[in-house]
Amino acid sequence: MTEPVVEIRDLYFARGERMIFDGIDLNIEPGGVTAIMGPSGTGKTTLLKLIGGQLRPQSGSIRVFGEEVTKLSRQGLFELRKKMGMLFQSGALLTDINVFENVAYPMREHTRLPEELIRDLVLMKLQAVGLRGASGLMPSELSGGMARRTALARAIALDPMMVMYDEPFTGQDPISKGVLVKLIRELNDALGLTSIVVSHDVSETAAIADYVYLLSQGKVIEHGKPESLWVSKSEWARQFLDGSPDGPVSFHYPAADFRDDLMRGGLAK
Amino acid sequence: MLDMLQKLGKATLGFFERLGRGHLFLLQIFATIPGVLIRPRLILTQLYSVGVLTLPIILVSGLFVGMVMGLQGYNTLVDFGAEDSLGVMVALSLVRELGPVVAALLFAGRAGSALTAEIGLMKATEQLSGMEMMAVDPVQRVVAPRFLASFITLPLLAAIFSSIGIYGGYIVGVELLGVDDGAFWAQMQDKVDLRGDVYNGIIKSVVFGFVAGWIALYEGYDAVPTAAGVSRATTRTVVHTSLVVLGLDFVLTALMFGD
Repeated sequence: MTEPVVEIRDLYFARGERMIFDGIDLNIEPGGVTAIMGPSGTGKTTLLKLIGGQLRPQSGSIRVFGEEVTKLSRQGLFELRKKMGMLFQSGALLTDINVFENVAYPMREHTRLPEELIRDLVLMKLQAVGLRGASGLMPSELSGGMARRTALARAIALDPMMVMYDEPFTGQDPISKGVLVKLIRELNDALGLTSIVVSHDVSETAAIADYVYLLSQGKVIEHGKPESLWVSKSEWARQFLDGSPDGPVSFHYPAADFRDDLMRGGLAK
Repeated sequence: MLDMLQKLGKATLGFFERLGRGHLFLLQIFATIPGVLIRPRLILTQLYSVGVLTLPIILVSGLFVGMVMGLQGYNTLVDFGAEDSLGVMVALSLVRELGPVVAALLFAGRAGSALTAEIGLMKATEQLSGMEMMAVDPVQRVVAPRFLASFITLPLLAAIFSSIGIYGGYIVGVELLGVDDGAFWAQMQDKVDLRGDVYNGIIKSVVFGFVAGWIALYEGYDAVPTAAGVSRATTRTVVHTSLVVLGLDFVLTALMFGD
């Protein structure tokens, strides 16, 4: 059996008083698309930042490509990150250079390739995401979907072994969503990547994922192949997958008793 | 009362924490400078946006400050029949004080605020995070070139400010009010000392360039990544730089000319 690309054991992470991860275990197997799903605010993006070493957990182990991220030096982290690509929710494109230069940026930073070769490589990456024609545009001239595809081309610029997608479908129209779904799956298979997709879009994500983790309130609630989740008995998983407004995740933010709250106000006096 | 003490304690701790983080940030910048020096292009583009683009405001302000000094100085000196010393007065005030200080204040308003807003927005739009994930150190690629550019350009801008100011004083004093041309320049040449006045002025502007760049970049890098956070950071850059420059000016003046 092959070793997982990412292996998380007993991870605890808190921001101030608020516990984000309360002892989670998680494996990302090589070659597949693993989805991490859960409602907003469960710390899905935080998990990606922990895997990338941008945040340090309070305790627990995160091994990526066999290296313990929590113990790596800054230099060690930079070396490790050359093997990963990350697609940020906002795209995170550098706004003062155009699409071509954004995709060329990691190549120029980390390689000494001749200019002609960089040009060909960038055009190949842009062709893969369908934006070769947009190479001269500035990030401010791109639609949300195009910005994300450009960011995807940049994420795969150095042919990483793993790509992390942070909410790739959020705020996208159906066509862009369809394009991204297709790209994530096809790039994963064509380039032999390992992909981690963090999302709360159930149908899109389930369509391309090989394995799914459902997170809520700092715990892994359910995990397995997408088809096994649909028959899950967990009330919480049911609520999330069916999109019910009320259930284990309450419709109301925790608050004092409604009646008491009203009685305290000016009208009741 | 206890509540107030607690707030005071919290504010003091917060102040020192920020001060400490600011110094660590500075060390981080120093550590990355060798990596920047081998990429001079990064510095060149910043020299343009930090230095060249600040030039118009420096030129215009310098000219007007010099002209006002020419006018005010003449009115005072003429009562004592000492209007020939106008050149010395204008040159000394500019080279020792006004050049470095006013140039630094204008720099904070034009370039410092722009640096803070730019870095703050890069942070808010995850561009800095994105660079980190591409294994590119944002302190080296984004912060350090801007720091070096501030450090290099402010002394030059201050020198230009002083020169154009002296010319402004000349226009008003000599061309308009009739001070003797030869006396204006000869007395200036005689009384302004290269080591005592010009060098000290340059030292001041080097220190101000260092501090102005440091504050602007730290405020941007440490900004809360929201619209309100970036706006607060930009305001803080201008206010803090102005206060620190004026305070440091007093300290440096006392050290240089105190005896």
